[in-house]
Amino acid sequence: MQERTAIPDSKINSDLLRGLLGTPMWWWVAVIVLALIVGAGVASVAITFNMGLGLWEIHRPIMWGIMIVNFVFWIGISHAGVMISAILRLSYAEWRRPVTRAAEILTVFSLMIAMVHPLIHAGRPWRLAYWFLPYDFPRGIWPSIRSPAVWDPSAIFTYLTGSSLFVLIALIPDMAVARDRTTGWRHYLYSVASLGFRGTPRQWKLQTIAGILLSGLLLPVFVSVHSIVSWDFATMVSVGGWHATIFAPYFVIGAVLSGVSAVVTVMALMRWLFHWEDYIRPEHFDALGRLLIAIAMGWLFFFVLEFFVAIYTKEPAELALREMQLFQWPYNVLFTIFIFAALIIPVPIWVSRKMRRNITVMFITSILVNVGMWLERFIIIIPSLARKQDLTFVWSTYHPSIFEISIVAASFALVGLLLLLFSKVFPLMPLFEQKEGQRFAAQIRVGRRSIPGVVREE
Amino acid sequence: MPNRRILGLFKEDEAAANAADALRTAGYTDENMEFLTGSPYPEGAFGEHVPAHKLYVFPLIGAVCGFGTALLITIGTQLGFPLVTGGKPILGIPPMMIIMYEGTMLAAIIFTVIGIIFESRLPRFGVGLYDPRIMEGYVGVLVNCAEERLSWVDTLMRQSGAEDVKVEEPLRR
Repeated sequence: MQERTAIPDSKINSDLLRGLLGTPMWWWVAVIVLALIVGAGVASVAITFNMGLGLWEIHRPIMWGIMIVNFVFWIGISHAGVMISAILRLSYAEWRRPVTRAAEILTVFSLMIAMVHPLIHAGRPWRLAYWFLPYDFPRGIWPSIRSPAVWDPSAIFTYLTGSSLFVLIALIPDMAVARDRTTGWRHYLYSVASLGFRGTPRQWKLQTIAGILLSGLLLPVFVSVHSIVSWDFATMVSVGGWHATIFAPYFVIGAVLSGVSAVVTVMALMRWLFHWEDYIRPEHFDALGRLLIAIAMGWLFFFVLEFFVAIYTKEPAELALREMQLFQWPYNVLFTIFIFAALIIPVPIWVSRKMRRNITVMFITSILVNVGMWLERFIIIIPSLARKQDLTFVWSTYHPSIFEISIVAASFALVGLLLLLFSKVFPLMPLFEQKEGQRFAAQIRVGRRSIPGVVREE
Repeated sequence: MPNRRILGLFKEDEAAANAADALRTAGYTDENMEFLTGSPYPEGAFGEHVPAHKLYVFPLIGAVCGFGTALLITIGTQLGFPLVTGGKPILGIPPMMIIMYEGTMLAAIIFTVIGIIFESRLPRFGVGLYDPRIMEGYVGVLVNCAEERLSWVDTLMRQSGAEDVKVEEPLRR
């Protein structure tokens, strides 16, 4: 049930532009702390480029360490935006209004961060152009389009471009509000960004259609991106545990689980930090919690299926890998943490309506899910590589170096930092969507009760 | 006599719709009138008719362009370096489909965004006769009328409930 209260347009503008027009002390503290962590990560990257990848703990046969784990994780988080925004727009879900912008922005930033990981992992990023750009015209050498290393950049570039444009189009009306509320250079900046938007019926109609049309176009791209990322693994015949046909849907649904959880985290932070209690309400967390239960159950199906196929086929390499994941140190501990954090603890909590409406509980469980999902990627990637070869003398284990850990930490800090900087320039919640929700809302009398209802235009 | 623009600002939607009806009765059409609002209203809320748009053509054109370009790139790069791998054909259709799919979608999205901006008649340099109160919830009724009718339209808007009426500055000669 909608629990909205009537808020005038001017108050919506003031509340939602609070981040742009004022700078609280916590913002500066957060920016400085996050910038320091990012700085440490940048220093690690610089040292790595200077000294070489030998500084990291990756070695034969584990040539993909936590940098690739983190790459897959951030690609997963990026699925929040389009999944939430597009599906909710297409289904006219009323509770989408405060969620969409944060979800879309999270998509853009996490995709940008994800893209950086393979660049760093290349050790010599300037040579990365060899992967996907024509570089040797005189000798007629071209990139091999049969390589997943070419599929990945094309999919991620399409998704990043589409998601960024999706955000920019929806920002135009909000830029017009910022234009009308600012003076000086900021007024000039927002005048340019709003493209002269005035709010004519035609402009609003096109905005509404744009949301639907771009959602429809981005949804298949979002599915393709994580499918293609999964094929980085699934097409590697030589690595047991990776060569599976279920990898594409398994990765997509895992990505949606971690992405939607990340949206819950960001929404709780937005509510607390910007005092948007009137806009981000318990009903939104309730709806997201219910959605998360369904997604987690879908993900559980694929997770069980992976083990089921291993046990059913009794392939020695596959069985050895599963045995290692479940029973050998340190993977058994990581596996236990992962399964408890991603599934066993949060899902029963989400079943309770009272818990779903408790924002602190939702915040903690959403973080737990992402701790678990990060470990899930670790469990998939590292043990599979550790026993890649049949002969025991090439078996190995892996402990990330301080350089790798600091770069991973910096990636998390960078997403937070970018979100904070974004909140200084653009509203984190679409203003016109909130106003439209107010305008189309009405009280419907049913018997002796008055129920908030919403009308919508087909 | 040249035409000038006059903008009535209404706090209530109903009053703006009434003013629009009165203007239509006086012979003004949708070509002479524009409604400016700070959020989307149901189409026809002020009795206006939004002309048809051609937005749906843009993604189709984009998709065709993207598909064609990706097809050329994937065929061209493989024929440009015809290395036989594992006895398989030079042109590998499954990987080509991945690149072609992404190329198609990328161009469709870019063309859609171009279409949205074009069909919204943006970018527009300057907002013309406008008032910031529109984004705060007021409804603006913008009328393009002959200079001698300005005071008549002004009175009509005020009588219909306009809180404020602004008139475009005359052109300097």
